[in-house]
Amino acid sequence: MLTGKAFKFGDNISTDHITPGRLAHLRSNLPELAKHVMEDADPGFASRVMAGDFIVAGANFGLGSSREHAPLAIKLAGVSAVLAKSVARIFFRNAINLGLPVLLCDTDRINNGDTLEIDLKAGTVSDITNGNQFTFSKITRVMGDILDSGGLIPYIQEHGDFRL
Amino acid sequence: MGKTLAEKILSEKSESEARAGEIVIARVDLVFVQDTTGPLTVRQFQESGLKHLASPGRTALFLDHAAPSPNSSLSNDHMLLRHFAQETGCLIYNTGDGVCHQLVAESFARPGDVIVGADSHTVTAGGIGAFATGMGSSDIAIALGLGKTWLRVPESIKVVISGNFPAGVYAKDLALHLIGNIGANGATYKALEFSGSGIDIMPMHERLTIANMTVEAGAKAGLFPADRVTRDYLISRGRGNHFRMLQPDGDANYEKTININLAGLEPTVARPHTVDNIVTARELKGTKIDQVFIGTCTNGRLEDLAVAATILQGKKRCPQTRLIVAPASRQVLLAAIKAGYIQTLLEAGAAVLPPGCGPCLGLHQGVLGDGESCFSTANRNFKGRMGNPEAFIYLGSPATAAATTITGEITDSREVI
Ligand code: SF4
Repeated sequence: MLTGKAFKFGDNISTDHITPGRLAHLRSNLPELAKHVMEDADPGFASRVMAGDFIVAGANFGLGSSREHAPLAIKLAGVSAVLAKSVARIFFRNAINLGLPVLLCDTDRINNGDTLEIDLKAGTVSDITNGNQFTFSKITRVMGDILDSGGLIPYIQEHGDFRL
Repeated sequence: MGKTLAEKILSEKSESEARAGEIVIARVDLVFVQDTTGPLTVRQFQESGLKHLASPGRTALFLDHAAPSPNSSLSNDHMLLRHFAQETGCLIYNTGDGVCHQLVAESFARPGDVIVGADSHTVTAGGIGAFATGMGSSDIAIALGLGKTWLRVPESIKVVISGNFPAGVYAKDLALHLIGNIGANGATYKALEFSGSGIDIMPMHERLTIANMTVEAGAKAGLFPADRVTRDYLISRGRGNHFRMLQPDGDANYEKTININLAGLEPTVARPHTVDNIVTARELKGTKIDQVFIGTCTNGRLEDLAVAATILQGKKRCPQTRLIVAPASRQVLLAAIKAGYIQTLLEAGAAVLPPGCGPCLGLHQGVLGDGESCFSTANRNFKGRMGNPEAFIYLGSPATAAATTITGEITDSREVI
């Protein structure tokens, strides 16, 4: 069970909002990069987010670049899952490859600052603050297996190859 | 039932009946990284326990995003990549060689290939008929070692193009028009497949521009058939032997069809801060521009510089507006020098940068000031993209960019020629 606070964002949050290109010199210094995460969408985010909290976004979260540094910085900042109405394709794959759960659901039912309880196995989100409870959509089996291994690199370490 | 281009290519490379919606494991023909995604990829490859590259001769590292390097951290990243190339025997392209996607088009992509790159605009090679898609560093690290990747076979949307471009209207305008109509996530997880009489005669540089921008609608791939135009392009690159004909089947299943008649298009501009925020250039008349940037994997090719040079011939930039030009590759620059375009652009007041990404991603070489506006031929105008979240980016064709350089405000090129 994951428990934490919701940090709400709107639609079309791009990888440039999450980890801007101008900070490319920090990409080999990940702890430093994580201190700037989401800077261009909410400048105070990195200092307010606590381990276990959630990013709760609108549609098309993570559009843009293929930089895996975007979900990596989110993960390193302590975020335990990203909830969104929809997610851009490469970001989705990258997050799962890093073992960061991405949950597709109706995020309009969550308000900024709400406390959420998420049961990954049961596929449910409970908003403790407003009492809403709902489900998120299932991911494909191969993605589920990768997530269960904790990401693609551990998955390959474990299996040596893809297993469909 | 017949197959779409995506289904055809993925069936071949997975040796299975790859139908939309299925998950396949496909062999990859080319794997690449660039200098801002490569270092993480290399570390993940080393961590994965995979010992060798599956195919060093079909693995490429491109130093293009931060080249020449603006600071010591990025220089150290370059060193790491050079070292990796030396150790593994893979190919490396250095400072000044050009943007990865342009080099992939010039030297690698073949019709029917599966290409994966740690850069979202890997889709560019779809102009040549390759199923090319961007991935993150974990996926690329594993593709380096295994020579394959898993893919969900995408549903395809058919885009049927008819008619001819009116004067002053180019492939970039078509790409922006399409993205504006279907939206920034209008093709997420899907392939956009182009066909129609307007495509049959469309030259390769225009196909590459359009394929490049399909990811701005969320697409996994933007695919063109491989036809006579493809054959002529490959022959011109000394790669005639890489050609094969590739067309979708007539009875393939498309999720939907979008029809566009080129005759109805106008010079189009994407306003800040999303690519689907489009209007015609005319509607933005009077919008002051501080910097014009012509270049990138979208519009930094020889034909783009030719259009800009033709409009700027004998003219000067507006004194309040600076012009930055970055050719997409060394070969583009050499050809542009030979054709006199570089001289024309310099005389018009341009700062000409070495081949590479230049100011496109906000790392160096043209970062915008607070409140400044840039007119760019690139593919993205996200907030902060050119290094400053307080700046504004407008996207359009090289022709609109050149006309805007002269007047200092967004200008439909038909008004200055
Ligand atoms: S030119 Fe711009 S969009 Fe193209 S690869 Fe370089 S940074 Fe990316």
